[in-house]
Amino acid sequence: MRDVRDALMVARTTDGKLVSRPLSPHMQIYRWPLSMVLSISHRVSGVALSAGTVLLAWWLVAAAMSEAAFATVQSFIASPVGLVVLVGWTLALFFHLFSGIRHLVWDAGFAFDRPWYNLSGWVVVVATVAATAASWLVGLAIW
Amino acid sequence: MSGTKKPVHIDIMRSPLGRARGFGPARSGSRYWWAQRMSAAALVPLSFWFIGSVFRLEGATRDQVAAWLSEPLSIILMISFVIGTFYHMQLGLQIVAEDYVKGEGRRMLVLVITKTTSVLLALVCVVSILKLGR
Repeated sequence: MRDVRDALMVARTTDGKLVSRPLSPHMQIYRWPLSMVLSISHRVSGVALSAGTVLLAWWLVAAAMSEAAFATVQSFIASPVGLVVLVGWTLALFFHLFSGIRHLVWDAGFAFDRPWYNLSGWVVVVATVAATAASWLVGLAIW
Repeated sequence: MSGTKKPVHIDIMRSPLGRARGFGPARSGSRYWWAQRMSAAALVPLSFWFIGSVFRLEGATRDQVAAWLSEPLSIILMISFVIGTFYHMQLGLQIVAEDYVKGEGRRMLVLVITKTTSVLLALVCVVSILKLGR
């Protein structure tokens, strides 16, 4: 015991052995239901998109500035790093968009019962993956 | 204060819902809530338009980008998209900061930095769009 507060955390078993009381498990112990995953992903994708706005701003500024600056940003986007960033950007945008529509439907007072929010959750997941894949297939085909 | 005191029976007769409606603990929470929802709703069609535009601009030269932004519809929608995005973004980052950043001082600092950055980035984007489209 290092602190008087620890006194509340110890107990004796029936055979008199001193043990520390069990604590309630923290987040990582619990199963992650879909609704929980999507809820935190909505925030994470929102923060990621906020960081991604820097790329949009850079692209617009470069286009407004000069041919050289525009060539630099275009070559960054076409580089391996740029493409990875852009795939992440696409994924975050589609997820936040579809998940956001789901939130707006809830806010309007619809589909907030368990069967519906589980179903709509999977619709968001499938739509995100499908839209991202389709965008890149079309995008790379045009390129 | 004493001059604006309401008769007691009004608070007793009002339902909890009636008292809470538009009058949460922060007094202005519902306004924030509406701003976040309305900017989200505006961004749904604007985002689909923006994604479509990205396809259209794939591999475009600088002149083609300028020509695209010279169309009235494009420049109006692009400025709307940028303003909507940064407005919605600073509201979202505000709630994330309020939920996760501990300590009044640090939270205020994070809020000032995110809001200032959002406004500056929005201005940078709008000015660039206006310079490009002619």
